[in-house]
Amino acid sequence: MEPPRWHTNVLIPCPWCGDREEVEFRYGGPVPAGYPPDPQTVDDRAWARYLYYRPNPKGALEERWVHTAGCRRWFRLTRDTVTHEITPASDASA
Amino acid sequence: MIAEAIRRSPLADYAERFAALHEATNGAISIRELPFLTQINLRAQPDQRIPQRLADVLGLALPLTPNTVASSANHRALWLGPDEWLIVGAADEARAIEHSMRDAVTGATASIVDVSANRTVMLIQGERAQELLAHGIAIDLHPRAFGPGRCAQTLLAKVQVIMERRSDDNAFHVYVRGSFTSSLADWLLDAVGRPE
Repeated sequence: MEPPRWHTNVLIPCPWCGDREEVEFRYGGPVPAGYPPDPQTVDDRAWARYLYYRPNPKGALEERWVHTAGCRRWFRLTRDTVTHEITPASDASA
Repeated sequence: MIAEAIRRSPLADYAERFAALHEATNGAISIRELPFLTQINLRAQPDQRIPQRLADVLGLALPLTPNTVASSANHRALWLGPDEWLIVGAADEARAIEHSMRDAVTGATASIVDVSANRTVMLIQGERAQELLAHGIAIDLHPRAFGPGRCAQTLLAKVQVIMERRSDDNAFHVYVRGSFTSSLADWLLDAVGRPE
């Protein structure tokens, strides 16, 4: 099996500005954010789950990013957590 | 005694050092501050009629291609986002330009804000200017990727800047926030002295 290619410097494709270095971006968490539909009825256990638990798959993960040092727009992409291979979302609007 | 209000540009103290740099590099790199340029931040939906009305006032069509610049005799418009532009004009014209833009969008939804005091502009030019900037910037500055009429918002020596290549291939405008200017100027002066 071919060993994974390790990237130390990830290029992130901004849908507006093109490929830019990771330091220009901020992470916006996985998609969907999982907002509770009715916050008034959520118990402590469910709140904790919403606030502190994040999916941690080995492989493809859909995420939101914002191009803070560039055009400051939010967008979505799919990142492979093993290889950091990034696939832009077909509809990138966050 | 009444304190006198005297306006000083962020890089006023660097004029001598910039002159010495020009001297030391035989003009291969020269840096100059263009202080107090008018800068107006514009936000509007590009699919509405507002851009056309503003185009008539400014004498240019707002650029819709990301990271490009449109210019007329007196104004330039830099693309900052799909619904955001920076309108640049001569020094101390902010009030006049802002008012004429406001008149043009009467009755419509748009945001027009004078941000002239937010950033100052450094003119960096000379045959080795691109080489100097490339030391601190990750994007490709080669004219085939970043030619005249291109702009970019990115990091230069970790400082957030707007870069613009002027119609002369070897001239760049670097828009930098006031409180970051001395840091960036020191970095540029230091980088010139570094071996390749």
